[in-house]
Amino acid sequence: MSEQKQSTPSFLKPELFRKLKRDEYSAEAVTRKSLTSWQDIRMRMMENKLAMTGFWIIVGIIAAAILIPWLSPFDHFTNDLSSTNKVPNGTNWFGTDDLGRDMLVRTFKGAQISMFVGIVAALIDLIIGIIYGGIMGYYGGKVDEVMNRFAEIIYSIPYLLVVILLLVVMEPSLTTIIVAMSITGWINMAWIVRAQIMQLKNQEYALASKSLGAGAMRIIFRHLIPNAMGPILVTLTLTVPNAIFTEAFLSFLGLGVQSPAASWGTMIDDGVKAMTIYPWRLLFPAFFLSLTIFAFNVFGDGLRDAFDPKLKK
Amino acid sequence: MKGSFKKPAQFMLVLIVAFSMLLTACTSNSNKPTPTNSGTENSGSGNTETGGEKEAPQEFRFTLASEPPSLDPALMTDAQSGIVAAGLYEGLTRLNKDGEPENAIAKEIKVSEDGKTFTITLRDDAKWSNGDSVKASDFEYSWKRTLNPETASEYAYMLYYLENGEKYNTGEITDADQVGVKATGDYTLEVKLFTPAPYFTSLLAHYTYLPVHPATVDAADDWATEAKSIVSNGPFLLDQWVHNDKLVMKKNPDYYNKDAINFTTVNISLVESDSTVYNLFETDKIDWIGAQAGSIPTDLVGGLIADGKAEVTSVASVYYYLFNNNKVPFNNAKVRKALAMAIDRQALIDNVLQANQTPAHALVPPSIAGLEGKTFREMYPDTDYISENVEDAKKLLEEGLSELGLSSFPEVTLLYNTSEAHKKLAEALTDMWRKSLGVEVKLANQEWGTFLESRKAGQFDIARSGWGADINHPINFTYDLIHPLSGNNDGKYNNAEVQKLLDGSLVAATQAESMDMLAKAEKIAIDEMGVMPVYYYTTPTLIKPGFEGVFSDYSGHLDWVFGKKTN
Amino acid sequence: MSSLAASASGVDEVRDHPESSITFLVFHRSGSNNSKFQRVYIANYIYPFEMHIKIWKRVGDEMFRYIASKFIFMLLSLFVLVSATFLLMNAIPGSPLQSEKATSEQVQKNLEAYYGLDKPLIVQYGTYLKNLVKGDLGISMKKKFQSVDKMIANSFGPSLRLGISAIITSVVVGCTLGIIAAMHHRKLLDNVAMILAVIGLAVPSMVMGPLLQYFFAVKLRWFEVAGLENPMDYVLPTIALASGPIAVIARLLRSTMIEVLNSDFIKTAKSKGLSGYVIVVRHALRNSMLPVVTYLGYLTAGVITGSVVIEKIFAIPGIGKFFVESVINRDYPLIMGTTIFYAVLLMTTRFLADIAYVLVDPRMRTGKGAK
Repeated sequence: MSEQKQSTPSFLKPELFRKLKRDEYSAEAVTRKSLTSWQDIRMRMMENKLAMTGFWIIVGIIAAAILIPWLSPFDHFTNDLSSTNKVPNGTNWFGTDDLGRDMLVRTFKGAQISMFVGIVAALIDLIIGIIYGGIMGYYGGKVDEVMNRFAEIIYSIPYLLVVILLLVVMEPSLTTIIVAMSITGWINMAWIVRAQIMQLKNQEYALASKSLGAGAMRIIFRHLIPNAMGPILVTLTLTVPNAIFTEAFLSFLGLGVQSPAASWGTMIDDGVKAMTIYPWRLLFPAFFLSLTIFAFNVFGDGLRDAFDPKLKK
Repeated sequence: MKGSFKKPAQFMLVLIVAFSMLLTACTSNSNKPTPTNSGTENSGSGNTETGGEKEAPQEFRFTLASEPPSLDPALMTDAQSGIVAAGLYEGLTRLNKDGEPENAIAKEIKVSEDGKTFTITLRDDAKWSNGDSVKASDFEYSWKRTLNPETASEYAYMLYYLENGEKYNTGEITDADQVGVKATGDYTLEVKLFTPAPYFTSLLAHYTYLPVHPATVDAADDWATEAKSIVSNGPFLLDQWVHNDKLVMKKNPDYYNKDAINFTTVNISLVESDSTVYNLFETDKIDWIGAQAGSIPTDLVGGLIADGKAEVTSVASVYYYLFNNNKVPFNNAKVRKALAMAIDRQALIDNVLQANQTPAHALVPPSIAGLEGKTFREMYPDTDYISENVEDAKKLLEEGLSELGLSSFPEVTLLYNTSEAHKKLAEALTDMWRKSLGVEVKLANQEWGTFLESRKAGQFDIARSGWGADINHPINFTYDLIHPLSGNNDGKYNNAEVQKLLDGSLVAATQAESMDMLAKAEKIAIDEMGVMPVYYYTTPTLIKPGFEGVFSDYSGHLDWVFGKKTN
Repeated sequence: MSSLAASASGVDEVRDHPESSITFLVFHRSGSNNSKFQRVYIANYIYPFEMHIKIWKRVGDEMFRYIASKFIFMLLSLFVLVSATFLLMNAIPGSPLQSEKATSEQVQKNLEAYYGLDKPLIVQYGTYLKNLVKGDLGISMKKKFQSVDKMIANSFGPSLRLGISAIITSVVVGCTLGIIAAMHHRKLLDNVAMILAVIGLAVPSMVMGPLLQYFFAVKLRWFEVAGLENPMDYVLPTIALASGPIAVIARLLRSTMIEVLNSDFIKTAKSKGLSGYVIVVRHALRNSMLPVVTYLGYLTAGVITGSVVIEKIFAIPGIGKFFVESVINRDYPLIMGTTIFYAVLLMTTRFLADIAYVLVDPRMRTGKGAK
């Protein structure tokens, strides 16, 4: 504002100036290599050791979930009643369970199911949550009120009722589990997004964009959501473990994967009951579940820091 | 910024202190009157019970997995209610440790020549907890009330033995006076049955036959939901009922046979988780686990039995699978039989179930009584009913499939209700079929409500089932399970010969003949493998040292009423 | 400037005066933009807290209107919820009156007549609504003659006490960890605090509960295995219940607080010579609490209505198990009762959270917004 008021010093004569030639623009080029935002994020992720550790743990577990059941001489369903509840040893590295099945294969077979369900459910929650929450938060007022009420109603309907009804309509399968989880899963995400958007929508950059004629969708997805990425990513990384636990809960209701297949959730539930005498039956699935959740969380934290434009140095 | 960190830390400390004070404030005013964990001390002031002798406080503590849905005899349906009711009420008879009826409120029971009329003389010194005498009319009132359609008692069928009992309950007649029970004096009760039932004196011990206090029942529908409004006549009184938490029972000082009662306080905590129950036992908070009063975590059972810590008692219940007799391939007896022969029941028991169950080759459990002091199974051993032979099974399966015109075993599913134990057995079973017959059976589980509906509607190929005894008589496991018209024959096994034998057993001239007919019917049903028995239940139990007279009864329910602590 | 505060509180606009540190909170009467009905309140830019209290006192009648309209909306959605649940509940297979043993058709009919289940669904629905308006939630079909009102009232106590204890613990511990992490962003303490928080989250309560119980109650005998008789009995279930929320709060708070600590107004405060303690607690913390408050809005209803898993492990006579048990048993009145109870709680806590937004962050989020 104040520049306008500055009077031009008298020694600045017009003849002192000349027009720049085209190639001389390059003299003023930024010295820092221009990065796309993704390159930028990737670069900053690489610098974050904890987050990268998380990333490699996730990669490792996914690889193990694919390779170990494939390479192992054992399968996850054949019983061996002569060697039940064996302590971890050279043959069965993770021991065996109460029906003599190899815990190593079962743990990583469980990883396949749990990881798949967790990640897919989280992504669905993310998509629905961002769209719904974004609209709620951006428009506010009556739109917000009605949409918010709708979410609250869905959130309050006894979950079990919906799930049992779903079982009647659909065959038990991974798809059914994911549908069952997505019915209410997205609501938390939507609420978080809503709160964020409400805070951000009157920031200058949003208002500027609006005054330049940008549509609501462009403002929400181009400007507001990227700036709200922090809490969104935190919530997202929480959704993965939640989904894994919900899957375990659904398994008990007969909606989850059917035996003899097992997810981490069901294995942990079995293992907890035996933890005082056969601790390995709890230890391995619980350890890998916790490790996965831990990895997702630190990775998510790192991602959040990397995404956040305000934290650029 | 770093240097100033100390202060927020102090601030947080203040918050934490404030929070713990708040928490204490929250909890202290909510303390319940009698802490279960602080022994026999009772902080409720009105109670004058002193706990008695110094040498051994006569206290007994156990858990139930869920609270009794009702303590109204007409509305009770489950084991938990039965265990509490045994202390709370006194019926005409009680079953002793061997499952035989002994007189309780009844002083004398006379049976007529035709076995249809029972004249029961009551003792005149039994009292209700409000001081009223227990009279014959209380029984008459109670039974008629249970049969009254308006009471909507689920167990009313237990009283169908009474003349016109069924008709009254189903609304065919509306005059309660026609029901075969009448108080002919203050202390005499005349009972007329529609058919001779030699086990009627055992039936009298069942909770559906307990008396109620008429004035109390008439006064309020919800009389049986709170400790203070229950009027009872048993050896114990309900002192406290904190819903979903615990029940506390105290010895009834006015019980007519109070010298036989030793426990002064019985604490029943409501604990659902098996592991928690076991941890409570380990930390000396409860004295007993097992027999429907908590159960030992399945993974610990084997070890505890091997160490001699847990005792195993057989239970009059059978675990079996239903074949859907109307569906391919189980409409073929050979296929059914092949599956039944291809499993190694003993291996399942030793490695999977681990509670010394008995392999079941028929339906009537070993503890069910027969005649002349023998059990039914002693009279008709089932050991050779099913031969577990994989080679024969394979042959039978092939024959069966070709009779059906099938080239391979079709895709079938085994349905069970969601529970860890059922899952484990089903997994082991299907693995055996896979290995021995090369048959692939898929598993599916449903939660209880859906499962029952699917099973009743016949929407299954193979379904898990279990059956327990209401009365100590083989008819429980034959008529109910394999009679073509029985509502519990969900696999729709249908054999006219079986039907004839079972119907005949009801009107047979002698007991021996009746037993014989039941045994024959059972044998035919097993030969055709209408249902596939797996094992007879047992219940492993744990008890703290120093208790006497606490045991699991023939049906696998805790009987604690006459127990005693000796040290 | 704070649109969040605006939409949540009935403040329709927040205007910053361009040349002074004055903020106008503008209220439109009856939702109209007609300036005749506008009321303007003035807030100081540096917003001493006392000032806000004064403002909110004056805002009282606006708040009342706001609450009243919210309340009507709540009743409406409750009605939709009741109808939806009623329909769903009757659509699932199974019935409250089924038992494993076959009952004769007549007994079944007697039972149905007794509970009014023989009537057409629409009549049952009407009867239920009529009783509901009178405040009568009916009688449990499984726990004979226990009234649902009483069952909920009795079991809510333990759940509420445990829930409050867990919420306070998670806010206190979560905020502490979050503040530590944010103040030492990208330093050792940040990592330590976050790893601690995430470990709490990574161990599921179905594992943590039994582990705590086994080591601290069975092995060490420091606590009781089960029950909630003494204040000390709250420790283990509280830890198990709070470990998840602690991590969430810590991470949400860290997230926002890092931003806030980098913002201009904190820099302003620093340049004014305010100490780190004052900055964090008075300025940064209050301005970072929004996501935490949002989270608490829906966490609260969930936590104080109990956790099925924790209640089962520690044998707590709470309400949590009813949510599962009622559906498993198809106990229709109990299903309806718990649903309504939960919904009312949820709507109330979320409503309170909406109000709390405004109290926590009356006008602005970042320094940039006030230029």
